[in-house]
Amino acid sequence: MERVALIIDGQEIRTRRGATILETALENKIYIPHLCYHPDLKPAGACRVCLVELDSGKIVTSCRTPVREGMVVKTKGPELDNVRRPVIEMIVANHHMDCRNCLKKGQCALQKITAYMKIDKKGIQQDLRLPVTGLPVDDSNPFFIRDHNKCVLCGICVRTCHEIAKVSAVDFAGRGDNSKIAAFGDRAIAASQCVSCGECVIRCPVGALVLRNPEKPLQYIKSVCPYCGVGCGIHLGVRDDRIVHVRADAASTVNSGNLCVKGRFGIGFVHSPDRLKEPMVRVTLKQRSAPDAMRPLKNAGIRVSGSEHFRVASWEEALGLVAENLKKYKRDEFALIASTRCTNEDDYVAQKFARVVMGSNHIDTSARLYYSPNIAAFRRTGKCVGFIPSQEDSGGFPGAAGHNPEQIEQAGCILVAGADISRSHPVLGLKIKNSVDHGARLLVISPNENDLCRIAEKWLTPYAGTELALIMGMCNVIVEKELFDSAFTGMYCRNFEEFRESAGDFSLGRVERITGVARDLIEESARIYAAGKPAAIFWGSGITQYARGTDNVHALINLAILTANIKYSLALNPLSEQSNALGACDMGCLPDYYLCYQPVGDRDIREKMESLWDCKLNPDPGLTLTEIIDAALAERIKALYIIGSDPALTVAPSKKVQAALKKAKFIIFQDMFINETAKYAHVVLPAASFAEKEGTLINTDGKTQAMERALEPAGNSRPDWAIMSELAKRMQSKGFEFGSADDILSEILAVIGNLPERIGRFKLFPLQYTPPADTTDTDYPVILTSERDLYTDSVMSEKVEGMRKLRTEEYVFINPRDADDFDISDGETVRIISRHGAIETEARLTGTTPSGLVVMNREKEKINQLLNPVLDAISGTPETKICAVRLEKIRRSKKREKRSKVSAAGGHV
Amino acid sequence: MEEEFVDRILASYKGERNELVPILQEVQENLGYLPEKAMIDIARFLGVPGSHVYSVASFYAQFRTLPLGKTRVAVCRGTACHIRGAPLILHEIEDAIHLKEGETSGDLEYTLETVACIGCCALAPCIKVNMDVAGDMTPEKAKELFKGNGNSNGGNRGE
Ligand code: SF4
Ligand code: SF4
Ligand code: SF4
Ligand code: FES
Repeated sequence: MERVALIIDGQEIRTRRGATILETALENKIYIPHLCYHPDLKPAGACRVCLVELDSGKIVTSCRTPVREGMVVKTKGPELDNVRRPVIEMIVANHHMDCRNCLKKGQCALQKITAYMKIDKKGIQQDLRLPVTGLPVDDSNPFFIRDHNKCVLCGICVRTCHEIAKVSAVDFAGRGDNSKIAAFGDRAIAASQCVSCGECVIRCPVGALVLRNPEKPLQYIKSVCPYCGVGCGIHLGVRDDRIVHVRADAASTVNSGNLCVKGRFGIGFVHSPDRLKEPMVRVTLKQRSAPDAMRPLKNAGIRVSGSEHFRVASWEEALGLVAENLKKYKRDEFALIASTRCTNEDDYVAQKFARVVMGSNHIDTSARLYYSPNIAAFRRTGKCVGFIPSQEDSGGFPGAAGHNPEQIEQAGCILVAGADISRSHPVLGLKIKNSVDHGARLLVISPNENDLCRIAEKWLTPYAGTELALIMGMCNVIVEKELFDSAFTGMYCRNFEEFRESAGDFSLGRVERITGVARDLIEESARIYAAGKPAAIFWGSGITQYARGTDNVHALINLAILTANIKYSLALNPLSEQSNALGACDMGCLPDYYLCYQPVGDRDIREKMESLWDCKLNPDPGLTLTEIIDAALAERIKALYIIGSDPALTVAPSKKVQAALKKAKFIIFQDMFINETAKYAHVVLPAASFAEKEGTLINTDGKTQAMERALEPAGNSRPDWAIMSELAKRMQSKGFEFGSADDILSEILAVIGNLPERIGRFKLFPLQYTPPADTTDTDYPVILTSERDLYTDSVMSEKVEGMRKLRTEEYVFINPRDADDFDISDGETVRIISRHGAIETEARLTGTTPSGLVVMNREKEKINQLLNPVLDAISGTPETKICAVRLEKIRRSKKREKRSKVSAAGGHV
Repeated sequence: MEEEFVDRILASYKGERNELVPILQEVQENLGYLPEKAMIDIARFLGVPGSHVYSVASFYAQFRTLPLGKTRVAVCRGTACHIRGAPLILHEIEDAIHLKEGETSGDLEYTLETVACIGCCALAPCIKVNMDVAGDMTPEKAKELFKGNGNSNGGNRGE
């Protein structure tokens, strides 16, 4: 790097060419007062506080002036003071200088400047006009406060929201004396486009934007965000065994110092009073009617909703009871539902427990509900899934599952299909927006509008459920117009000719009729995808949660194979929703695979596992999540071990699941909180949270990341792996003598090292289009689908008060034309009726929802009452993305009046 | 109806950022002010953040983001009017219709503004009520003019 030498305040300094004077000075511990400069942002030169004097006598803003060879800079002196003192005095005069009571005190840039410049704050405020302190404080956001009276109009928040959060929720408004920072229409920040990421708050130099909780941590512990599959690196700020602050890990390549609201402000559930802190056992009917049946829970200081069926027990008693009962239900009478939020170590021990101790392969997780089609399609194509030792591009075929997230910035084209990434994986959404800023061409396939549609070069809106036809239409363009990479397909594809013929079925005329997407748009999009190198595809449940989910994934993989993009590791990116969904699969929490997708049905593999684990294993692949429910209903499965999940609500149809749970003879429930499923349990075991244990997680990119322990487990809770290891020992099984998560990781690595590698050629999949299983007719004329809410994510967000406050109320969005047909008006409560059930909710009319589609803004729980899903024959994933419904009017909602103001200007800005 | 107006106006533009001010002007000319919904549509049309549209709309004095009252009262504060007592007249009117300069009454009856010069200095001090100019104003005359008007129960909307 080219170096430049200059002199600042008589000190000779060498620095890189292109650096500014201010950067250079600060890096060399020379303080120059500054306000609007922030190292993460482009310099704005707005506050004029950072003035310095050059040897020419010229006074310049140091934050905008690059260094030059031989430059001589003075950062103090009478001349300079004459110019910058009034600038600073003006700011002080306009600032509500109540430092003593300010949450920012001690860390405020203005305090530092006035101290450095020896400015008499009181004097100024008396001489000059008094500051306007009459502006109301905006405390609408539960996590931070905006006080305009302290704002110095440096614009850092405006630039942060634009450059870093990429939301642009705030801007300068008004002019002159009335200037201030405002959201659209000067609304309260919580009613604006703000996504509560807090990026502006941590950068505001003064007390105008402050966190509500000002406690300072005594130390920071490195961890990983427990929410979504992005797996952002975080540091947990701990004080007195409590997490008081969370900051992003600036060194993490996953999030490069960014966080979304969940990671930054959503960790409070760890300290929720609702945490399970003691093991509990079910109280029999007789005990329950006894007057003091509830006392044990109260005595233990436990406040758990839905706990009236239980009494507190010791670990000794609870584990004894479990061991004794599980002995009765070995092999195929036992099933284990593992968690997509536990660590790899937890999940490894869970599946080992089921297989080795219980002799059962009935192991699955909620990843079945959306991720299994990816695994099935990848394996059938010859692409690796899971742990890949080398991350290099194009060298070792087939392409790796993992990639370095920073590569996304180099993508030439990004195709997003069936996912609202800005809400489901916010920080990944940021990365994609960044790539677009760097020139990547963005294509979005989504029937309804989402954040990324708005910046996409092409937004394709197929009728929900016709995505396969659309994508195969793109394949057809690529084949017909010879946009494919013939050298690559010739060398690596087994069945190109067969595929070419079948793709001909998807003529653009036919695809246009099926999908409703104009043929030109399909052709242009196919051309953009084929030309972008490397091109990355991201997809979510809008692709996988269909009765033909695996085929949908094949269609996307076909695109990547035809164009040879598959050789880049960022080519194919199925989104894993929970923090360790991919890890749970990699660890073998699957009925048909041991860890790293080694098939249970393969005899050699089984024998290998038997020798590694020193035991006899059940040779038959087990049942999937939905099959486990069926078997429990049929009383073939009698004991269930349910860890960190809530099938009673998250698996459709909920009624059937609940009936099945009721039938089970023995249910062990292990989690941080009581949930609907727990109510059917016989024994409840309290699990430690992510912050209370060590372990590793695998994010959606396939990257393994370690978490350190920040806290002692709450109450008497224990890490999941420790509970199951202890249980295994009680049941006289060998191979569970783990003293720490590290011991488990060593075993995992040893087992993986002994597994055979599979390398094959790629297979293109000729596909047929069939409509989705649940189609419309005259009785059920519209399709219902769901969209995500940024602030709702499982029981964790549920237990954080601020997250509950921020989440949008439940609505069904409907196009005004459809609403007219059903005679429904805005704000009315409506009944949504499917072939299998009915629910009620409030209707909101919006032009952004296409005609023929109605969209509910909730996670699946409620919609599950409407479904009786058909399963994807290949992956066993139920079709829960859509459902044919009709809407019926009920009565006017009272909620309407209250909110009509917000509603009038709703919509996306 | 508003929506159609805005759509029709947008149809004659290309969707480039530098068209923002002309679009805002045209929308305001037609609707009398810039409703939030219109600003959102404009933001979408130009592909700019809503906060930016609001920023521009609130920067220029010519734009108003709230509707005008049925009766627009403009008090001239040109030099001639000022010297001859415009502040007193403004004060009187403020009291009579319970509005401050720049405000519109909650029931959308009145908007009270001041203007730089109406151009009738010979009649100073003067005010303009909608399109009609009333000259040689005195506080008494002003009081008479607005007697019994204005909503006394508040609910005014500031600009
Ligand atoms: S709120 Fe803070 S960051 Fe934003 S302009 Fe004001 S002082 Fe600067
Ligand atoms: S919290 Fe995030 S989205 Fe909200 S204003 Fe600040 S930077 Fe923008
Ligand atoms: S993007 Fe996902 S991993 Fe990152 S902070 Fe948000 S929820 Fe956590
Ligand atoms: S810090 Fe340089 S102008 Fe504000």
